[in-house]
Amino acid sequence: MSASTPRRRAVPRRGVTALGLAALAASVAAIVQGLVVMGPTENQGEYSRLLVVHPPLATVAYVAFGVTALASVLYLVPRTRRPSWDRLAGASAEIGVVFTALTLVTGSIWGHSTWGVWWTWDARLTAEALLLALFLGYLALRRVPAEEGVRARRCAIAALIAVLDVPVVHYATSWWRTLHQGSTISLTRPDKHLDAAHGVGLLLGFVAMTLIYAWLLIRRYRLEGLESRYEHEGLTLALDARRAEGGLAPAGPAPAADPVGALSPSGSLTRGPA
Amino acid sequence: MWRDAVLVAGKDLRIEARSRVATNQVAPFALLVLILFAFALDVDRGVLTKAAAGLYWVAVLFSALLAVQRSSAIEAADGARDQLRLSGLDPAGIFLGKVAAVAVQLLLLEVLLGVGVVVLYDASLRGVWLVVPTCIAATAGLAAAGTLYGSLAAGITVRETLLPLLLLPVAAPVLLAATKAWQAALDGTPADGAPWLRLLGVFAVVYLTFGVLAFGSLLEES
Repeated sequence: MSASTPRRRAVPRRGVTALGLAALAASVAAIVQGLVVMGPTENQGEYSRLLVVHPPLATVAYVAFGVTALASVLYLVPRTRRPSWDRLAGASAEIGVVFTALTLVTGSIWGHSTWGVWWTWDARLTAEALLLALFLGYLALRRVPAEEGVRARRCAIAALIAVLDVPVVHYATSWWRTLHQGSTISLTRPDKHLDAAHGVGLLLGFVAMTLIYAWLLIRRYRLEGLESRYEHEGLTLALDARRAEGGLAPAGPAPAADPVGALSPSGSLTRGPA
Repeated sequence: MWRDAVLVAGKDLRIEARSRVATNQVAPFALLVLILFAFALDVDRGVLTKAAAGLYWVAVLFSALLAVQRSSAIEAADGARDQLRLSGLDPAGIFLGKVAAVAVQLLLLEVLLGVGVVVLYDASLRGVWLVVPTCIAATAGLAAAGTLYGSLAAGITVRETLLPLLLLPVAAPVLLAATKAWQAALDGTPADGAPWLRLLGVFAVVYLTFGVLAFGSLLEES
């Protein structure tokens, strides 16, 4: 992963573009499979098409939080501590939160068709909602302005507190509800109701969501890197801009003009005309 | 480590005993919550008696938030945090001491709230052998997770609003498990409460262990 080499691109720009295109292609294939090829099922009718979206979203969200936990541990261990692990943890958690929210929304639509209600206090739904709340808190903590190292350490510990809670939440909610009703129908286990077209749709959904996650992760990770460099170099740049207005020579190394605010070849961060 | 824990716990409890914030503000707040529940739910239909266990633990949870906020505010004032760091005390000991101080306050509060529930909600406290360990395990877990988050949020300007968002989802399983265990005890079917008590124990052990391991790295920051 590019996280271990903050200054060198582990994935070249072209690779990222290719990944994005692959994600787009897989999404189109999944949409076609879901909306055109797959027919409505006997039990669930048109809503069975949600199979392409809902289980992959939920699974990839778990993967995203797993990556956050792993990166947080790597940040906390002094031997592997690098700011890049913190950025990776933050980027992955953000995507995880979006995917979890989408899981709840798609699940709610599906639930409304099969159970007749938008929300039910089922073990999985409750656990998922708590997971969302846990990581919303984590993201809120990330937003708090603080010195970079301090914030990173706090966030890493907060992520681990949240992740440690997941198994407890799982047991608590499943005991809470299974005492009263059966668990949620297994959506991922292929059974005899799942024909070949639905199986392919599910697989395409998984591929598309995983690629989208990977693409977003790399993009967000790089953006975090740029933000942190802007924090460091932004003041110097602003001073230089003011100096340039007054016709003075810049105090630091002169950044090249780059209207899109990307990294210039010299490695210094630049912004558009002030 | 244990000696340091006793020192820190003693310090925090002495501060509380002298400043009387817990007795003058947190305890009346907890009782007020019990009274507000009676306004929100209909008193005549026995809803309060049926829901007594859940309402009790919600009141405990809200009070725990205040206690944790208070505990971390003590260190925020007058650079006390820096002095604590410079004191050379074992970080694990500091953590356990702060947890113990919060836990002692919470346990006293729980006794008060228990009396409140019996008097105000007409609940009959049965199955003491389940009720008491539940209180102890839940309190240890709440205090451990709370102290960790309290230190995480220390020195942050938006601490008052951030801490509930961080702590309440983590504490949600404690609320659930403690309520279920209490409900089992109040219903006279204590065998149903045993798995919940075990879950509370696991929660407490997990967060106490994590705190002992991680508190040092929280404290070393500037």
